[in-house]
Amino acid sequence: MKITQGQFSFLPDLTDEQITSQIKYALQNNWAVNVEYTDDPHPRNTYWEMWGMPMFDLKDPAGIMMEVNDCRKTYPNHYIRVTAFDSSRGWETPRMSFIVNRPKDEPGFGLMRQEHNGRSIHYTLRSYATEKPEGSRYG
Amino acid sequence: MNTVMEEQQNQMPGSAMPDDTPVDLKKVYEDSHIQDVLDQLDRELIGLKPVKSRIREIAALLLVDKLREQVQLSAQSPSLHMSFTGNPGTGKTTVAMRMAEILHRLGYVRQGHIVAVTRDDLVGQYIGHTAPKTREVLKKAMGGVLFIDEAYYLYKPENERDYGAESIEILLQVMENQRDDLVVILAGYKDRMDKFFQSNPGMSSRIAHHIDFPDYTADELLLIAKLMLANLNYRFSQEAENVFAEYIVKRMQMPNFSNARSIRNALDRARLRQASRLFASSGKSLTRADLITIEAEDILASRVFNQPAAE
Repeated sequence: MKITQGQFSFLPDLTDEQITSQIKYALQNNWAVNVEYTDDPHPRNTYWEMWGMPMFDLKDPAGIMMEVNDCRKTYPNHYIRVTAFDSSRGWETPRMSFIVNRPKDEPGFGLMRQEHNGRSIHYTLRSYATEKPEGSRYG
Repeated sequence: MNTVMEEQQNQMPGSAMPDDTPVDLKKVYEDSHIQDVLDQLDRELIGLKPVKSRIREIAALLLVDKLREQVQLSAQSPSLHMSFTGNPGTGKTTVAMRMAEILHRLGYVRQGHIVAVTRDDLVGQYIGHTAPKTREVLKKAMGGVLFIDEAYYLYKPENERDYGAESIEILLQVMENQRDDLVVILAGYKDRMDKFFQSNPGMSSRIAHHIDFPDYTADELLLIAKLMLANLNYRFSQEAENVFAEYIVKRMQMPNFSNARSIRNALDRARLRQASRLFASSGKSLTRADLITIEAEDILASRVFNQPAAE
């Protein structure tokens, strides 16, 4: 099951060239760009691990692509996303966020039912991947 | 169209185009507007003959490379890392800025900005600090030129635990792998740079262009002084010009002479004295000419003239 999140979630995965153009757009707007990764695909998992510091004052996407590629090399089977932050309002606001890497094999989610008082049932999702501990979830 | 191409390919195995395909060097040259930058270089930089001819050569090589690309002759993108050596005040930083512009016009760097750094910006203060610091600077410089002033301070042979070596290692790696993204220019005094390259053969071999900046002659320095004044909307009186020429000759013999930088400082002091002279003569009515003219007395007050000639 292909997990989608953020911008361009309705499109096929972006190529490196497309990612570079998107980052270029962010830099043209003077946004800071950050690379993050995770292996917990739950949709409510908002805070991913940071790959180094957010990058400020860059002129060219090559530097960010270098970090993206380094992150891919280290975590080939993690989700990796690029986020661009706008500080023009006095605080850093995400303006762009899109996935640039995903595991080869995404097992998807199981539906969990919890019996509750008065025969009511609570439903929740659980990723099959998270049955294993962090770091050994995808291949 | 396709069939024509195929026929040509049949005639010329191994190359996509026949040898007599016309190429338009002039058009590429004009399109790049490189002449504007080179003219500007001639106008604004006095002297520096060997430097200018070297820059011309590099520009020519890049243009020809572009043409070759057009006729599908594969050529590896040339290594453009450079080292500028010369005494202080000979214009290394200024030329580096122009270089960034030239490379930008020729399309070899995408943004054409210049990031000027020294050892402090690259080398960290504790273990694990250097690599992220160097990488951050490199990322900022990507798409442009990274200018490392006094690069020899990166390598301190007397301290084997110095973090500079780590910085050099990362630099080398990026210089080699991301040649398309970044041009590195190292600058410094000639003798120390030579020693630096001797002890870092990896660095030396990755730098294709070693450019040496000669010292300026007294005549060139006077021209530079006039150019600097013109940029600040000042001018010498005729007498002041003669006195300043004398000043330059005297100053050149004194210790700590740093070419154009010394000239700039001398002019700054002359402007100070001119201002206080104008204040002192407050009874007189001033004209616009008074405000822009530097007189001989503004220069003669310098300590250079008061010192006994060093015999």
